[in-house]
Amino acid sequence: MARRRPDPLRRFHQARWDEEMIYELSVPGQRGVLVPRAEKAVVEAVGDGVSAIPDDLRRVRPPALPEVSQPRIVRHYARLSQETLGADITPDISMATCTMKYSPKVQEHIAARHPGLTEVHPLQPGETIQGILAILYRLERFLCEISGLDHFSFQPGGGAHAIFTNAAIMRAYHAARGEAGRDEIITTIFSHPANAAAPATAGYKVITLLPDEHGVPDLKALKAAVSERTAGLFITNPEDTGIYNPHIDAYVQVVHAAGGLCAYDQANANAVLGIARARECGFDLCHFNLHKTFSAPHGSMGPALGALGATAALEPFLPVPRITCDGQRYALDHDHPLSIGRVRSFLGNVPVALKAYAWILQHGFEGLREAAICSVLNSNYLEAEVCHIPGVTLPYARGQRRLEQVRFSWEKLREDTGVGTEDVKRRIADFGLQHYWTSHHPWVVPEPFTLEPCESYSKEDLDEYIGVLRQIANEAYADPEFVKNAPYNSSIHRVPEQFVDDPDRIAITWRQYLKKGWAQRQTQG
Amino acid sequence: MPNPSRSYPYIPNATARVKAEMLARLGLTDPMTLFQEIPEHLRFKGCMDLPEPVADEYSLRRHIEGLLNQNRHCGQTLNFLGAGCAHHFVPAVCDEVNGRGELLTAYAAEFYADHGKWQALFEFSSHMAELLDMDVVSGFLYDGAQAVATALRMATRITGRRKVLVPATLGSQTRMIIDNYMRGVGAAQVEVQTLGFDPASGLIDLSDLADRLDEETAAVLVENPSYLGFFETQATEIGRLARRHGAEFVVSTDPIALGVLAPPVHYGATIACGDYHPLGIHLQCGGGQAGFIATDGDMRYVTQFKDKLYGLVPTVQPGEYGFANVLFDRTSFGSREKAKEFTGTSNALWAITAGVYLALLGPAGMQEIGQTIMQMSQYAAGRMAALPGVRLAFATPFFKEFVVNFDDSGRQVAEIHAALLRDGIFGGVDVSGQFPWLGQSALYCVTEVMRQADIDRLIDSLNRVLS
Repeated sequence: MARRRPDPLRRFHQARWDEEMIYELSVPGQRGVLVPRAEKAVVEAVGDGVSAIPDDLRRVRPPALPEVSQPRIVRHYARLSQETLGADITPDISMATCTMKYSPKVQEHIAARHPGLTEVHPLQPGETIQGILAILYRLERFLCEISGLDHFSFQPGGGAHAIFTNAAIMRAYHAARGEAGRDEIITTIFSHPANAAAPATAGYKVITLLPDEHGVPDLKALKAAVSERTAGLFITNPEDTGIYNPHIDAYVQVVHAAGGLCAYDQANANAVLGIARARECGFDLCHFNLHKTFSAPHGSMGPALGALGATAALEPFLPVPRITCDGQRYALDHDHPLSIGRVRSFLGNVPVALKAYAWILQHGFEGLREAAICSVLNSNYLEAEVCHIPGVTLPYARGQRRLEQVRFSWEKLREDTGVGTEDVKRRIADFGLQHYWTSHHPWVVPEPFTLEPCESYSKEDLDEYIGVLRQIANEAYADPEFVKNAPYNSSIHRVPEQFVDDPDRIAITWRQYLKKGWAQRQTQG
Repeated sequence: MPNPSRSYPYIPNATARVKAEMLARLGLTDPMTLFQEIPEHLRFKGCMDLPEPVADEYSLRRHIEGLLNQNRHCGQTLNFLGAGCAHHFVPAVCDEVNGRGELLTAYAAEFYADHGKWQALFEFSSHMAELLDMDVVSGFLYDGAQAVATALRMATRITGRRKVLVPATLGSQTRMIIDNYMRGVGAAQVEVQTLGFDPASGLIDLSDLADRLDEETAAVLVENPSYLGFFETQATEIGRLARRHGAEFVVSTDPIALGVLAPPVHYGATIACGDYHPLGIHLQCGGGQAGFIATDGDMRYVTQFKDKLYGLVPTVQPGEYGFANVLFDRTSFGSREKAKEFTGTSNALWAITAGVYLALLGPAGMQEIGQTIMQMSQYAAGRMAALPGVRLAFATPFFKEFVVNFDDSGRQVAEIHAALLRDGIFGGVDVSGQFPWLGQSALYCVTEVMRQADIDRLIDSLNRVLS
């Protein structure tokens, strides 16, 4: 296949193995692996071991797991892998808000293979985990520098978890000041939904601000919303539209003046690495997604790490343990009586922290800025081209520069052809690209699609992506039904929606699928 | 300004010629113009205090491996630490699958482009469902403690009540996570009461349970096996009492035990939960924890899960398997603050890995590994209890972990374990501070990775230390 083609479209077809459920591969008596057994002398000493379990707690029937040989299991999973478009095999410009950055292999090879991490128990004596504590301690210093805040905790297991932890810190802070009556938090509709849901889980009432005509949250509405009941603000900037709110410090001041705290969801930090920080905007708390901005892989949806930053004033409330250093030795400090306690066991997702440490160390300050510059350059380039595609419109902020991602609209395409964003999203998989991100719910931008071409993607990648979108728009104008019935070249065909939430049909596990008679229905067509 | 002489292997458009060309297409020359919407006073000025980059891959590896080489690890040191993070056998196929770049670098995308990911996650839930003998499983909790916390909050939603009863022998980490999750703004959202117990057996005091159970009780929690290793042998009766008062019976269990231990539903649990770290996932200094929750298929329960649930559905092609997000509006992706609780990125790669593990072991493997763990841990406990000044804290049967008391030896656990460390042994977790009523006690963990010679080595070492 010639590399330089006249058009950028690939003649792609995804692997379609028509692979069985592993239960359908089961052959009684087959084994995938053998496990260690107790030695003879041990058995002689203790007997069968299981008789110690009281009768009513002993398993009677073995679990109905599949029985499959190892070669077939490996083939099964190799095929399932091939039916997955990870960022390693497609330019994942699609999953905006997620910063689908290249995850350097060297990090994975260290984190997944070095026994000094993989075989370390988290409760080993401190002197036997100095290397890990050093990495965590230094990463904390790095992130303090990058955010301008004073302390970091690596306990939260993801971005949403960090937001929850921030809400718990706010709760503890206000309680410690005798202001437990502050029971409201404020967020914006273009901030990740966890900014509403996680504080709600912590017990807060949630006020959500809508954008003004410029696409930024309405400052007048914020002023009207704050009161003696305000515990804090949870906000992203740039928001998921890619629009940077230039008055963010004024928003923070309004909340501070009302006695509230401000938490900065830095899920979109890739836009501003080395350029702008939480500190200068006045934030009290923030979090970075190390699996996004700092290159740790997304793992099909984790393991992840929401690194939580706080000012010195809020340090007493951070989760325990904290990592300390006396200049020579690192240690764990549990003695923080005002701490919210814990949100996760042990030291959090240490391998994810190690990968972020590696990425920052490899890039340095200039490299961080280069990542931000190239991600914003890529997004501006993509925006300029995508806006010329028939059917695309760009709500809000006309004439302003957006940063690392852009939320576009197919509203016009839908009006012209009946083809909406969900249709285009399905069709895009036919070209070897990941489904793009539409928007979190509710859709404020009609027929939304949100793209984030972070610094990992080349100009050729962007041109290919633009070419695919243009092709699909052309198809929509020529033959709308064709797009609506996509995908064609994917691992599977279109999924009709009518059964998805039907209680008589819901099948979350194989046994439920069998119980609900799906298998019979399938064979009857 | 960025140094034009530096190269960035992970940033293709950092190449000067490409960058200039792209800027030109935008009518720009200075890339900083791209940030024109960020006001001057909000820009970072100067240089961050970050180390000089270790830019090349080899030097980076040398640096980080140099740090990791300072750690001791359980491959070279005989390890009896567990406490919810036990050292288990990891089949090579587990590492092979979770190292596949397609799965490692996929994310939240939907089922056409990522069909294989969805199938792998569906199969994980299906295997866990067989193991637990329940129909619905979610594997997207941050760890076992979060699974307990969310299971309890599910119980409050199902019953419309707001008091939960938990055992006194929970690990302190789990208890802290539960407490933080139940707190509210001002008043607690859920009241957590600790059940009385019998110090000789560790078991819950049934009369205290009966006294505390009332029409406000949403759930009774039992760990089986418990944090301290013993079985809650009265679980059937506890479940009966809980159900009689209309409370949910929540049981946290260890999935690697379930080839030999009855799944919680068999003795009355309505919600099962736990941590699936034992199933094919390395220790990773605690980075491999991952929680699950399971219930039967009753919609009263299914609608109360907080995380995404992947459902098997037909496609327009007859006979083809497809997947979809089931009851999406339960989640915060669907309905923001009106969701059951918040959700987000958690541990899907570990769920896929645990699915591989259960497929590899199958029914026979799960039975065998459960039995091996029972035998090896009983052997170790028996040998330790035979040492002078050492006894088992509880007479209750246990799985994998057990509490050893050193009071009669006149020695402190810390002192004994420091000596063991010199012999290349990580003694069990010192629980003397966590549970003062246990005196000088340690929680020892013995799994299938432990061989007879390893245990004999521990005994020899302890003999020397204690004599």
